[in-house]
Amino acid sequence: MTNVIKAPASSAAGRAAAKKELPEHFRAYKHVWVFVEQERGEVHPVSWELMGAGRRLADKLKVDLAAVVIGPEGEAARNAALQSFSYGANLVYLVADQVLADYRNEAYTKALTDLVNSYKPEILLLGATTLGRDLAGSVATTLLTGLTADCTELDVDSDGSLAATRPTFGGSLLCTIYTLNYRPQMATVRPRVMPMPECIARDPGRIILHSLDLIEADIVSKVLSFVPDRDSSISSLAYADVVVAGGLGLGSVENFELVRQLAAVLGAEHGCSRPLVQKGWVTSDRQIGQTGKTIRPKLYIAAGISGAIQHRVGVEGADLIIAINTDKNAPIFDFAHIGVVTDAVRLLPALAAAFQARLSPRLRDRVVSHDFRGAPQRRRGP
Amino acid sequence: MHNVVCIKQVPDSAQIRVHPVTNTIMRQGVPTIINPYDLFALEAALELRDKFGGEITVVTMGPPSAEDSLRKALTFGAERAVLLTDRCFAGADTLATTYALATAIRKIGKDYGQPDLIFTGKQTIDGDTAQVGPGIAKRLQVMQLTYVVKIGALDLTARTIEAERRSEGGVQVLRTRLPCLITMLEATNQIRRGAMADALRAARAPIVKWSAQDAGVEDISKCGLKGSPTVVKRVFAPSARADKATLVEPSEEPAQALIDTIFKHQPKLEADLAALAGNV
Repeated sequence: MTNVIKAPASSAAGRAAAKKELPEHFRAYKHVWVFVEQERGEVHPVSWELMGAGRRLADKLKVDLAAVVIGPEGEAARNAALQSFSYGANLVYLVADQVLADYRNEAYTKALTDLVNSYKPEILLLGATTLGRDLAGSVATTLLTGLTADCTELDVDSDGSLAATRPTFGGSLLCTIYTLNYRPQMATVRPRVMPMPECIARDPGRIILHSLDLIEADIVSKVLSFVPDRDSSISSLAYADVVVAGGLGLGSVENFELVRQLAAVLGAEHGCSRPLVQKGWVTSDRQIGQTGKTIRPKLYIAAGISGAIQHRVGVEGADLIIAINTDKNAPIFDFAHIGVVTDAVRLLPALAAAFQARLSPRLRDRVVSHDFRGAPQRRRGP
Repeated sequence: MHNVVCIKQVPDSAQIRVHPVTNTIMRQGVPTIINPYDLFALEAALELRDKFGGEITVVTMGPPSAEDSLRKALTFGAERAVLLTDRCFAGADTLATTYALATAIRKIGKDYGQPDLIFTGKQTIDGDTAQVGPGIAKRLQVMQLTYVVKIGALDLTARTIEAERRSEGGVQVLRTRLPCLITMLEATNQIRRGAMADALRAARAPIVKWSAQDAGVEDISKCGLKGSPTVVKRVFAPSARADKATLVEPSEEPAQALIDTIFKHQPKLEADLAALAGNV
């Protein structure tokens, strides 16, 4: 007896037959919105990446692209609004209020749902960051609309619906999800999944101010403090120009040190595939793939990583992918640009030495430190 | 105190294979497990019970076979397990799931005492959406703390809780009001080895089984496929890249050969790398 079941459970097959019959009251919903995420005065670059994706959707739909800036009053919010135009927005909705100084679900959910109910967008995109996911889940539930998480591709189809594609079943397959008969159609996208659009100085367009209508006494949750991460290299993995990562093919936790050493030589960040996190060899903030970080470096070196789709979707945006694996049939050779069929444990030290010699002759005699912990600090973002 | 822990039975995704020809999921022999992220939620609830006393109710929505995961949760020391199972729940997306779970949690509150905290994992390994926790909180009109790293001061008299939650670039410390929904971050604790007594009890303990009607669902159109605003239109395998990797020929000095190939491929890269390496 064969036990191969069609990928979506049988009930999901029924969904595919669903028809678009948009209720009358949703027909007024127009335009594409991108939530511009600020934390402590800094715009998260994922917001600009989304602006690029949102621009393409808006152009295809022949509608406007609006940026939604929610935060405390002041220069940071104003700058975020102005920058939004440079990244392609036609207009900005701005909710600026002191009670929005720190992210709190209650206040931000109210701000965003009020905006949606007042100005009615057809599409609303947010970054799949901790903030974006916390907020998107609350807003979608409040509005009783559909939300598709961690999309890898956004498009509009012939009838103007948002086609949101995301990996499913742990990244073994992709599925395209529609919110046919509810508005707005909401989606989140993880940092680095979409390319960073060009920032072109443009005259600012309209900024529509919306008041929050909420006072501090109304907000239950109080922020007691904020402890910034000491190791800023963790947050810069997604935005690193060069990444070296290791997988199970390294054979042992000790051999992972070879990955760190090559990364050190290259001034790169190091990462790993999911099995190493599951084995406890490497902490989860170093995981690259669908459930870890998505990267788009200029150079990505994957050592002893077989290249399961869960990993592939996290690295496909790299300009150049180098795969080192003993198994010439490993799936990673299907999407890497350059491959070496050999044992990474033997190649990595030689590669570190060769890179060192080639890139910086004056560093040739430098001994690679064995307790190297992190790469140089780099500013996150564009 | 009474804490409710929402869990989900999921296929062990590490063992899922896709049929190379038909692009379908091969479920044969794939074991099911409690979503690993949910175990951090369960352990956090157990630790609070050790400290403050009270009870833990685990709840799941799923097919009748999800009973296995509930029994497993009982072996770790949860007091009570509720299985929400009904054909009308099938095909639920996250919004429909939160409707069913929130309804069941209200009923749990009525029958077994109002919960102080409701726990979920950060996300599931099969859906990966992280939307159900916030959705339940919104439906129940309770506070939410997502990505919690550590639970701090808990005052059952003043009805307040302090917690540290992961956010971009740091950890945010918040105080909020009970009842509250918490999604626990991974690796914040380790699930205990259940006591022998709990294992014995779990094997025989009755599992509370509720249909939609039992759970108090008033509007069946909000459940399952019907209650789901999202529609999965297409499932497909990622397309293969047209050209496979250029393989570096085996040689005496493979490292040198690789570097030459890299820079031949992208001549501009050498200057970029030199600049980066120079900064080390």
